[in-house]
Amino acid sequence: MLEVKSLSKSFDGFKAVNNANLDVQKGEIVAVIGPNGAGKTTLFNLITGILRPDSGTVHFKGENITGLPPYKVCRKRISRSFQVVNIFPRLTVFENVQVSILSREKKTWNLFAPSSKLVTDETSQILENVGLVEKRDRTTALLSHGDRKVLEIAMALGGDPEFLILDEPTAGMAPEETARCIELVKSLSGKLGLTILFCEHDMEIVFGIADRIMVMVRGATIVQGSCDEVRCNEAVQDAYLGGSDVCLM
Amino acid sequence: MLKGMLEGRGRIWWAAAIILMFLLPFILPRFYLYLLSIILLTGLLATSLNLVLGYGGIFQFHHAVFYGAGAYGTALILTRTGLSPWISFIVGPLVSAALGLIIGWVCIRLSKLYFAMLQISLGSLVWIIVYRWYSFTGGDDGIHGIPLPDILSSSNNAYYFTLAVTLICLFAMHKIVRSPFGSALQGIRDNPVRCEMIGINVKRHQLLALMIAGFFAGVAGSLFVVVDNTVFPDMLFWTLSLEICIMCLLGGWFTFLGPMLGAAIIIALRTFVSTYTTYWALVLGILMALVIFFLPNGVLGYVEEKIKKGFIEPVIKE
Amino acid sequence: MDVIYAICPPKVLAQIFVGLSRTTILFIVSSGLSLILGVLRIPNVAHGSLYMIGAFMAFTISKVFGGGDAGFWAALVGAPLGVALVSLAAERGLFQYLYEREHLMLLLLTFAVSLIFGDLVKIVWGAEYKSVPVPHIFQGYVYLFGGLPFPLYNLFLLIIGPIVAVALWLIVNKTKIGKISRAAAVDREMVGAVGINVSWVFAMVFVIGCLLAGLGGALVAPTVSVTLGMDHTLIIEAFLIVIIGGLGNIWGALLGALIFGLTQSLGILVWSQFGIVFPYAAVIVVLLFRPTGLLKSTW
Repeated sequence: MLEVKSLSKSFDGFKAVNNANLDVQKGEIVAVIGPNGAGKTTLFNLITGILRPDSGTVHFKGENITGLPPYKVCRKRISRSFQVVNIFPRLTVFENVQVSILSREKKTWNLFAPSSKLVTDETSQILENVGLVEKRDRTTALLSHGDRKVLEIAMALGGDPEFLILDEPTAGMAPEETARCIELVKSLSGKLGLTILFCEHDMEIVFGIADRIMVMVRGATIVQGSCDEVRCNEAVQDAYLGGSDVCLM
Repeated sequence: MLKGMLEGRGRIWWAAAIILMFLLPFILPRFYLYLLSIILLTGLLATSLNLVLGYGGIFQFHHAVFYGAGAYGTALILTRTGLSPWISFIVGPLVSAALGLIIGWVCIRLSKLYFAMLQISLGSLVWIIVYRWYSFTGGDDGIHGIPLPDILSSSNNAYYFTLAVTLICLFAMHKIVRSPFGSALQGIRDNPVRCEMIGINVKRHQLLALMIAGFFAGVAGSLFVVVDNTVFPDMLFWTLSLEICIMCLLGGWFTFLGPMLGAAIIIALRTFVSTYTTYWALVLGILMALVIFFLPNGVLGYVEEKIKKGFIEPVIKE
Repeated sequence: MDVIYAICPPKVLAQIFVGLSRTTILFIVSSGLSLILGVLRIPNVAHGSLYMIGAFMAFTISKVFGGGDAGFWAALVGAPLGVALVSLAAERGLFQYLYEREHLMLLLLTFAVSLIFGDLVKIVWGAEYKSVPVPHIFQGYVYLFGGLPFPLYNLFLLIIGPIVAVALWLIVNKTKIGKISRAAAVDREMVGAVGINVSWVFAMVFVIGCLLAGLGGALVAPTVSVTLGMDHTLIIEAFLIVIIGGLGNIWGALLGALIFGLTQSLGILVWSQFGIVFPYAAVIVVLLFRPTGLLKSTW
């Protein structure tokens, strides 16, 4: 479904992403892992159009989407949540998701209808799916960190995506919140049939839900494969453990 | 706060206020009616600025250009052509909207400070052209004694016209702010990257917002021609633009009625202070500094905060 | 001589030189603004008012010293210092409390201060035009290129310009304070973390910037009538010059001032009624192609 070939991006001579490759099949859950600074978020930014690659291509469902601006990428039904919480601080939970849906339905050019009355059912549906219905009228300033990250995902869902990119969805979450989030991701894949690409630091989570894993080190893809393949791969061990002779986990 | 004010009991208060305003010409002397008209149209101008500044987060530092363009457009048609005056009242705002489109299209590719600077240079360019083109625009004298249709030439009728037009425009702008477009605009203000990622073409939305703001500023300009019968180049000068910013700030730029309140306060204060001293700029400067330090969300913003904290019993329940 | 005149008619040459002397004033004032904007990130709308205060102070100091040559030189030293003091008061008293807020607030505050200064000038000096006499050694003309009369005072300005530029460049690049302020422009937290009192660094940079505005005012005083309203036109020109030159870049300010001054004087030659449109048009062209300025900015 998603094919990334030889993607590269430099900033002032520093190669943040160096010939990265990635394949994601429809319905899979794929994880990207790597040490800090490996270029995972940059890779996501390149795929979603926030940055333009220096070279390489990104194909989605056979169509070349390299370098398209983010709003066009979103229209192709690719949605994304951000690592640093990126929501609308002055709106309520409900309104946050509502804007997302309004945008998907191209209703944002509507100048005169009161937006509070539009797309309320779809918004409630999404809030139910992610479990935020009781908090719908809270302003985001009053949410816990974990809830905000879930809201991030809810907003991404507003675009009715086929492909969901989650950038460190459980970062900074307490253990119960993390467990909830994992259940959510599983149900998004299972119930809603979304293809999911995510990146995480917590190996338990990664090995727990990912179908396949791509490992990035210093901007380059060093291996792409199933959990077992990656666990015992030497190059991965070098990168993470400095070369000790042991299988990860 | 405004949300609650339009439903239920709030509607009664609004109706009463509007009826009161229609009755004022019977009790107020002519000068105060003139002042009130000026307050109304300046409030409209400030609200139009707030559309892009407070709701859109765009650094529109030269809004006065659109005001002046609307005024000059109307004035020139009234004095130079034989067209019906009612056409001029429509053409003025359209000229401003077109100018908003042009200037907006040129500036929108830049962000924040650079947007502001480019807009100021384009605006100053327009000002210079108007100032120097004596034969066409009257140069630094401006145009005086602009002929109006008979029905508008009494100051009572000018007031009613201004009141009616202002109310209609405010109503329209309020609808726009509460529409999906308004939500998108506020989203763009708070988080443009997020907006792009949910499918909003940020630049195009901002451009439309600039055109709308320009249009309503042009309406305010046309109203000034009706109320004052003159136009002059200072209506396009950058100092006026910053004054309008101050009105938005003073009243509260995250509220809808804030700019109108700010305009009322500043114009009333200016008129009052000017009877005692010529140092109005000094007073305004000090007032501004105080507001910036102590009331950063403006008067209405402060009031709203207090209501939210429950210190003041809300007169109108949500 | 005739070769030069063939390429460039004497009238044009004269206008170029007039433009260049105006460039000096524009450069001196804009470099101060650029410094403040580049290091402190303050869009200082009050800069124009400080320029005006400099001119008025020059008038008073010159009068105090008898209005002749001694008066002029005393004003040239005293006025910028006076302006520096005023700006120090403004920075310590008001601006420093707002560094954490967004630019718009700072800009509006400097606008408020410019309003206050404008009226203070009116209160202290009154509303009539003032004039400062040109000192004797600079009165009269020098004849360039065999026959082109050029005011000696303008020649003085042409020489002062590069001197100030070089001096400023030395201060910013070669002194410790310059290095610290350049570092603070990029990362003020780090500079504070290293133990340097960032607050006083900022105050110093602000004062130096405003001193330049005062110097510009003192230098321009003998050539124009010193009036209220000097601040309004100048501040827009200064901002535009700073933007097209690149924020915080001294040579950028010089380049911008050159472009502005020359397009203005040549523009008037070409089209007398609308000549002053040309600099603004030039600014628009530059901003369309190089929105961050012609030279590197510190932002």
